[in-house]
Amino acid sequence: MKQMINVALPKGRLGEKVYSMFEAAGYECPSIREKNRKLIFENEETGVRYFWVKPSDVAIYVERGAADIGVAGKDILEEYRPNVYELLDLKTGVCKMMVAARSDFHDDHSKTLRVATKFVNIARNYYAGKSRDIDIIKLNGSIEIAPILGLSDVIVDIVETGTTLKENDLQVYEDIFPISARLIANKSSFQFKTEQMEELVASLKKQVEEA
Amino acid sequence: MLDEGILKTEERAAITLRTLYSRYGYQPYKMSKFEEYDLYARNKDFLVSDSVITFTDTTGKLMALKPDVTLSIIKNYKDEPGVTQRVYYNENVYRVSDETHQYKEILQTGLECMGEIDFFNLCEVLRLAVESLRSLSGEFVLEISHMGILSGLLNSADVDKAFIEQISMLIADKNAHEIPRVCEQFDVPQALCDKLVRFVGVYGSRDKVLAELESLCEGEEMEAALQQLKDLSAELDGWKDASRIRFDFSLVNDMRYYDGIVFQGYVENIPDVILTGGQYDRLMKRMGRKSGAIGFALYLDLLDSFLSERTTYDVDIILLYDDDADLTLLNEMVSTYIKKGLTVSVQKQAPEKMSCRQLVRFNNKGVEILETND
Repeated sequence: MKQMINVALPKGRLGEKVYSMFEAAGYECPSIREKNRKLIFENEETGVRYFWVKPSDVAIYVERGAADIGVAGKDILEEYRPNVYELLDLKTGVCKMMVAARSDFHDDHSKTLRVATKFVNIARNYYAGKSRDIDIIKLNGSIEIAPILGLSDVIVDIVETGTTLKENDLQVYEDIFPISARLIANKSSFQFKTEQMEELVASLKKQVEEA
Repeated sequence: MLDEGILKTEERAAITLRTLYSRYGYQPYKMSKFEEYDLYARNKDFLVSDSVITFTDTTGKLMALKPDVTLSIIKNYKDEPGVTQRVYYNENVYRVSDETHQYKEILQTGLECMGEIDFFNLCEVLRLAVESLRSLSGEFVLEISHMGILSGLLNSADVDKAFIEQISMLIADKNAHEIPRVCEQFDVPQALCDKLVRFVGVYGSRDKVLAELESLCEGEEMEAALQQLKDLSAELDGWKDASRIRFDFSLVNDMRYYDGIVFQGYVENIPDVILTGGQYDRLMKRMGRKSGAIGFALYLDLLDSFLSERTTYDVDIILLYDDDADLTLLNEMVSTYIKKGLTVSVQKQAPEKMSCRQLVRFNNKGVEILETND
């Protein structure tokens, strides 16, 4: 009997885009397109079971084995460093992790840098690599407002188009790393469903290359 | 009389493993919960997590609650040419969990084989690792890697320490797509970059892996490692469950401590690695020993979380009695149940949160069944 592969998809626009890739790769599950409040969708023929979870939780579901594979942004993977395999760059949901500041910002190295961010670990590692003394201000949203109100000197955040920054007289100061959606897998599940997972990765890879 | 049913999955496993290890001449090794902190400070990178619980003892010495067993065993080991020392242990260690960032008590069972480690010793330890996994579940996989392959590959070019660190992490994650970016950042030759990308895809059945390695291996270190893997593979072919023993180089351990074969084991339906081990001659040398050593540890707590079934009832029978009860008769009633192999909790009133198969009331004539839940 074919074993089912459990797939955790991130709720929202990115998840829908990624599901289309799975569908095109031959892992369709028509019930997922129906409008209802169901959380789990499965197609025994293709051997997949999908479920939607909060984007930042995908890595946890996969690391703890509730999902065999999942799709998570590189930002989440860098922030939480889950112990999972990262099998493929899906090259969608592309954006960048950046340091941004007011356009008149001057970095005074004699002072502690105040950094507002949602991504505490990323910011800490980035500045530790530069041996820079920083004061981290953890915010949960609307990060851009922090430097405008003088709460912080810079922000470490995801930038997609840069429109929000521009409209608020902020600009990108430094790039940290590029972000895109990644296919991740539980290390133990991979040992027991190797062939099925390899097949899935190969079909998705074809989709990525054709796109 | 021991009722095995009462044992928790991890306790049963610990007993099975003890029997197995003793048969191969391994001696039990019992140690204190505490160890001088200095031992860990000197070998910090060997530990899985940096944080150690420390306290000052009555003489003012800084002590630690053991985060690891191997270091304590090496500390007490004396080189003895020609003699192989074999020990096993079943100990609690204290580490910070990656997920919760809290200290956790972890039950570790394992063994160490120390002396002049030869092919025989290597096979013996691997055989015990396979048998340990099989005793937990028929659905297991043992992955074997050789540190000499990656170390040879990286040492073939003059590369930065930071590069080695980053590449090791990518290899451990089977992340081939980011290797070119990191290689470019460190200005690493294209030929090495291509090899590293190919290297990530080298895993699976032993024959397939050996064939792929042939074209990747260059230089003395890699050739020697490849030869060792070939010899090992030929030996493993004759073992029971040989197809469950695979090669996978995404298994990367710290090269400062491990230099030969490293391995880890998985059991189906347990999302984490349950067995880890390897040959750590370099650690022995760092601690001033001439001999080599190889060993492994199993994390038995995982069994309790993932493999054991939840009990449906706390007890079979809740036996209610009141003040008029004849205690001799009540006692006899309890004995009758126990002789039938049932568990009984005698109460004046049924506890709210205790579940049972049957709730009965004792009167001096016998029992009246109030509720049956089966």
